[in-house]
Amino acid sequence: MRLLKQGERHRVRFTLNSEPVEGLAEPRMLLTDFIRHVIGATGTHVGCEHGICGACTIRVDGKAVRSCLMLAVQAEGKRIETIEGLAAKDGSLSTLQLAFHRNFALQCGYCTPGFLMTLAEYLEKHPDPSEQEIRLALSGNLCRCTGYAEIVDAALEAAREMRAQAAAE
Amino acid sequence: MKPPPFDYARCDSMDEALSLLAEHGEEARVIAGGQSLMAMLNMRLLRPSVLVDIAELDELNYINDSSGWVEIGATTTQAVLESWPGLNSRLPLVAAAIPHIGHFQTRNRGTICGSLCHADPSSELPLCLAALGGEVVLRSRRRKRVLNAKEFQVGMLTTAKQDDEIMVAARYPAAQRGFGYAFRELSRRHGDFAIVALAGVAGGGKIRLGVGGLAEAPMVREWDDHLKDEDLADALNDFAWELRGSDDIHATARYRREMVRRLGKKVIDEARRCAS
Repeated sequence: MRLLKQGERHRVRFTLNSEPVEGLAEPRMLLTDFIRHVIGATGTHVGCEHGICGACTIRVDGKAVRSCLMLAVQAEGKRIETIEGLAAKDGSLSTLQLAFHRNFALQCGYCTPGFLMTLAEYLEKHPDPSEQEIRLALSGNLCRCTGYAEIVDAALEAAREMRAQAAAE
Repeated sequence: MKPPPFDYARCDSMDEALSLLAEHGEEARVIAGGQSLMAMLNMRLLRPSVLVDIAELDELNYINDSSGWVEIGATTTQAVLESWPGLNSRLPLVAAAIPHIGHFQTRNRGTICGSLCHADPSSELPLCLAALGGEVVLRSRRRKRVLNAKEFQVGMLTTAKQDDEIMVAARYPAAQRGFGYAFRELSRRHGDFAIVALAGVAGGGKIRLGVGGLAEAPMVREWDDHLKDEDLADALNDFAWELRGSDDIHATARYRREMVRRLGKKVIDEARRCAS
């Protein structure tokens, strides 16, 4: 058993976008805040802090989850992926990101990292979704700018392109 | 919107977890998926002195399908149950209810047993447990006991689980031959808390309806399946009033009663069709 005392900071280690990272966190520190303020990866955004808006969605061991509903100390030893890991090392955007760009699937951009991390898992598991399935998959992410139409278009286009890429390989 | 301070224990065994609960009692809280608890901590509705994390206890991550029951371990997530190949045939009611639980991102961490322990009156898994007549397995250092849904579900966010106990498993009765099951939920947007949730079971000459979202805990009524339509309508009307739903910003009590009457009938008819 690992017993971590309140008011003290404890070492937390995990891999972030394939790189090992570590830092100090009190037990009560949210994973969102740890990633942003301790590690300094500010691409993950914080919205409602109670699991409703989806802005803070990241992937933990491949699964899309709310990083505001997880403690930093619970991430010990996990494989964590955030928006910073979607583009290639040279900065070239992923198929999903390019589809968002082309379809104007963002305006202020605050919710976008959450949408992208949600779709990153969803499209891996469901390569050929219908529009209705995309809407259902995105029901846990809120966007106050776009009205969702462009986001759904971008997701469908990205799915088409990813299927074509997979077929070509 | 940040949690208050607490000690955090990442447990490697059930014995460690049970010892901490025995020592700290009501000051301790068990966390597994944390999809209800973390939100409550962030809003500071709870101030435990120690969080007992059982999420890494792999021996509790199982689905055991045997002798008429599907037993689900304490750390099994809703997503794992959702993708279990036996779900549609063994637990058709739960299969129909799961997509309504939050969103897939919360189901990726949220557990079956955690939802049952949280006992939100509008949530789906407690309603299914009540409608199917399921059981929960509770363990403490002192004893292990099994409670049926009615004994366990005592009120709003309240269960019969004692402070030193952990729910180690939930047991849902598997589908019976010749029985039909149906689930419907009414909410403004997908994933919102249910305004009304209904679970229907038909078979063996009986019809049963469970309702969530109105009373303080899921409520279930059973009737003879030979009721004439007007008698069933009367029975549903009586049930709708007995639930004592109240007005809130989402719906009036009157609207909720009407949904029990109308959707209740639809759910029962759907269960009957599935049974035949």
